Amino acid sequence: MPTPPDSCSANVPDAAGRFGQFGGRYVPETLIHALDLLAVEYDAARQDASFQAELDELLKNYVGRASPLYFAKRLTEHCGGAQIWLKREDLNHTGAHKINNTLGQALLTLRMGKQRVIAETGAGQHGVATATACAHFGLDCIVYMGEEDIRRQAPNVFSMKLLGAEVRPVSSGSRTLRDAINEAMRDWMSSVESTHYILGSVVGPHPFPRIVRDFQSVIGRETITQCREQFEGLPEVVVACVGGGSNAAGMFYPFIELDGVSLVGVEAGGRGNQPGDHASPLTYGSPGVLHGSFSYVMQDEDGQTCDVHSMSAGLDYPGVGPEHSYWKATGRVDYTTCTDNDAMHAFDTLARLEGILPALESSHAIAQAMEIARNRSSSEQVVVCLSGRGDKDASEIARLKGESLG
Amino acid sequence: MSVIDQLFVKLRNENRKALMPFITAGDPDLEFTAEVIQELVARGASMCEVGIPYSDPIADGPVIQASYTRALGRGIKLADLLESLGNVSPQISAPLVTMGSYAIIYRHGIEKYADALSERGVAGMIVPDLPLEESPQLAKVCAARDLSLIQLVTPTTPPDRTLKIAETSSGFLYYVSVAGITGERTELPPELVERVSWLREQTPLPVCIGFGISQPEHVKLLAPVADGLIVGSAIVRRMANVTPKNRSTTLQEIGDYVETLLSALE
Repeated sequence: MPTPPDSCSANVPDAAGRFGQFGGRYVPETLIHALDLLAVEYDAARQDASFQAELDELLKNYVGRASPLYFAKRLTEHCGGAQIWLKREDLNHTGAHKINNTLGQALLTLRMGKQRVIAETGAGQHGVATATACAHFGLDCIVYMGEEDIRRQAPNVFSMKLLGAEVRPVSSGSRTLRDAINEAMRDWMSSVESTHYILGSVVGPHPFPRIVRDFQSVIGRETITQCREQFEGLPEVVVACVGGGSNAAGMFYPFIELDGVSLVGVEAGGRGNQPGDHASPLTYGSPGVLHGSFSYVMQDEDGQTCDVHSMSAGLDYPGVGPEHSYWKATGRVDYTTCTDNDAMHAFDTLARLEGILPALESSHAIAQAMEIARNRSSSEQVVVCLSGRGDKDASEIARLKGESLG
Repeated sequence: MSVIDQLFVKLRNENRKALMPFITAGDPDLEFTAEVIQELVARGASMCEVGIPYSDPIADGPVIQASYTRALGRGIKLADLLESLGNVSPQISAPLVTMGSYAIIYRHGIEKYADALSERGVAGMIVPDLPLEESPQLAKVCAARDLSLIQLVTPTTPPDRTLKIAETSSGFLYYVSVAGITGERTELPPELVERVSWLREQTPLPVCIGFGISQPEHVKLLAPVADGLIVGSAIVRRMANVTPKNRSTTLQEIGDYVETLLSALE
């Protein structure tokens, strides 16, 4: 492996889609032309004031942005240390950060003159957000979802159908997010001329990691403004959960060149540190190729993707976005893990102390933020990306706790 | 001149075309893979493409995906697969090439992988998820060992890019017949013949067509405009239900099937 760069730049990726050594494009030739066109179209859109204005208007009046930065007073008192502030992406329309990206990519779909959209989903939040954007713009929408995730996230499956999307169950492999991405890619191989693939995380071949990061960066930009307004400074620490890594990328990216702010990404520690028990490629994996990108991944010695585990469907993924690998390599972001049990404890705590049901994904970040806050003084601030709401997880949480909903 | 170059010089001199079967390695076991390769070469296949099972093959349709899943489920390891190819290659007169994801090659180490193929008498490799821009390093490693790195061109590849790919490919150029995944198709795109004819005028490299080809009619239509044809899913499908009891009849059946394609090639 090449030596890591000395400093971390926000001026990535390069034209080849590289974040340092990570990223790139490891996909069949069939998709290259479409990726080239997407990169060109996105560059044009980025510099088009009317595109930005249309997206900003939707984010304000349709999504309900800016999402609040909320001081969690009772949680702070409970931890007895630094102030804990929650960036409330759970209050967005459709209940998570995913809509920031799907509206942006749906606008790109329209610019490219395509009528059909495909997407993959794990927790179902990206599926719902894609179905919502497609309903809003009158686009055809097909969502690929692993059978195991369909079971875990039934309410979101039903919502997607109500929104007019077709949900296609994926029964191959581990029947989770990873297999849903494979199946969406296969669809795209045959439909690339007429179809846009709205990838939901900062993963996949260039230019997806960059596009999704940019559309999600509204989270971090708003947070910086709100911190300056609400506590007249910047936080000491910013925390976000990392599966593929889109909420974390959107939160961290605007902070990358603000050196005084520590950034902490939290991977799914699952049941423990043995292979198959967690979904933490940055912590336990190594660089390799998965889903079109060179990044940290959980693979065996032959390069076969390992099965991973997290109770949270949105984090149950063996890979991670290449920019996170770059941030790890440059040391700009610290990555750590949080177990299923600690995340569940954080879920319960936030529910009872603040009256907020966080998504199981976001609960991992809450748990880590509580830990960090305990070890810091009350004059310091810790901001957590509360990436989604937990209503979708109610039946899975009941199952995990051995309780019946009926 | 690589082994594959020599093969196509010979075929072109004799005005003949290549038939290249694709077989998933280790489905159901490596012994059977070796038997099928030997059988198909004995029947007249010019070259064999050996699929390296991968957990996340995005270019493959259900038939090849399922064969990869079966092989991996039986615990196939790359080291055993490579050893098996080393045993079979001296026994056949046709070149072997591997078809495998860059995920596997990178993990193994690209030089180590190339050395392994070279030492075991494998003539080249196809890496379906390594497009032009990502391939220079591997191309250099292959060239140093006289291994062919066979590149793919598809219906979605623009003409100028097609020419660039043709310049970097070695052995032959793999023309993917359809914008899509592997799998048998009844109908092939009507413009296929014209596209391949155009391509052959642009490059001295032999052009082989793959994806979707399964019927003697396909072979009759495409053989005149190509240097070779690749048949995958139709063979892999016939291997799916092999049991200890029907191994020899399955072998016979696959051989007979390939022979019907070979006779359409004449």
